[in-house]
Amino acid sequence: MTYDVPDTGEEFLTESDAAEGYPLWEVFVRQRRGLSHVHSGSLHAPDAETALQAARDVYTRRQEGASIWVVPSTSISAFEPEAALDFYEASGKEYRHATYYQIPDEVGQM
Amino acid sequence: MSAAAPIDPEARFQSIVDAEDKIEPTDWMPEGYRKTLIRQIAQHAHSEVIGMQPEGNWISRAPTLRRKAILMAKVQDEAGHGLYLYSAAETLGVSRDEMFDLLHRGKHKYSSIFNYPTLTWADMGAIGWLVDGAAITNQVMLTRCSYGPYARAMVRICREESFHQRQGYEILLTLCRGTHEQQEMAQDAVNRWWWPSLMMFGPSDSESSHTEQSMAWKIKRVSNDDLRQEFVDMTVPQAEFLGVSLPDPDLAWNPERNHYDFGAIDWDEFWAVVKGDGPLNRERIEHKVKAWEDNAWVREAAVAHGAKKRRETAA
Repeated sequence: MTYDVPDTGEEFLTESDAAEGYPLWEVFVRQRRGLSHVHSGSLHAPDAETALQAARDVYTRRQEGASIWVVPSTSISAFEPEAALDFYEASGKEYRHATYYQIPDEVGQM
Repeated sequence: MSAAAPIDPEARFQSIVDAEDKIEPTDWMPEGYRKTLIRQIAQHAHSEVIGMQPEGNWISRAPTLRRKAILMAKVQDEAGHGLYLYSAAETLGVSRDEMFDLLHRGKHKYSSIFNYPTLTWADMGAIGWLVDGAAITNQVMLTRCSYGPYARAMVRICREESFHQRQGYEILLTLCRGTHEQQEMAQDAVNRWWWPSLMMFGPSDSESSHTEQSMAWKIKRVSNDDLRQEFVDMTVPQAEFLGVSLPDPDLAWNPERNHYDFGAIDWDEFWAVVKGDGPLNRERIEHKVKAWEDNAWVREAAVAHGAKKRRETAA
């Protein structure tokens, strides 16, 4: 990576501005081939490339990772907890579970 | 479901905690719970970061290349542990820069143990064995903390931390099986680190103002005195195997309690160090602030680079 001296005034930031230039990234690590990426934590970095390098150092120092994703935290949308509650507590649909159905023992394992 | 009667948020919060479920960042939580966690997690994060200094002090003077590589890996782990913890604290709505600022201005504390000097190589052994051993005792409890991000950070930290304690014990074992001078160096380090390690668990239960509420919220699962006892019971046989003595004439097995009895802790010393009068309080913060300021240009350059890349992508 080359380091270019910035050529406009706007990049000469004060310290607090510099800190604000470090957005938060969520880190997802695939432990090994065949598994899903799982959320490992988060970190601050100025860009995706630096975030990936930092994620490698912070979350995979012991070969815990075969692959890493980093996603800007602001790009994640989620249910509010109250809405999620409706979702998880949807009841009365036991017929979606295999154990709802009575199969005679003589049929054997199904 | 939206037609159901509204549930009191505090009752719902406590029922999640009582059911041993985890509280997650977007859940409603009492303001006191949030504040207690921010203070505790930040203090924990600062301890990991300041804790790099006493050991960093010996990287260039490690006795062999193997020991040097190990010590560097350990110090790097401490930096990583600090980052996991700052991230966990940030989920509660405080920024990392705010926490740095509070630390740099002396408004936030870190574990007092790191205000003691590391005088000899044997201190690397004593810190790994005793200081990390005490930290692990506390951290294993915290893996069961009610706040999800903190508990998850603790699981990761504990997994990495057992290497820290074992490498320290191995250093002392090597010294204790070495020359007479090496044995004396090991004993001297144990003499200096034993009492500060016991102080790491904090004030006695009778003096600890936060314990009761923290236990009800399941932030803390075991009291300071119980954790301290657990640590003593675990450590005394390890000291016997090394062949070092622990600097406490009152230390003795009590068959009735089924625990080791130990002598009174010097709480005057504890409070003096907490309040800023330990051997190295000022040096530790000065060093931290200097590193932060001297490296400002790196952060600024990284931000400028990121901005330039975004402009290139947009163009």
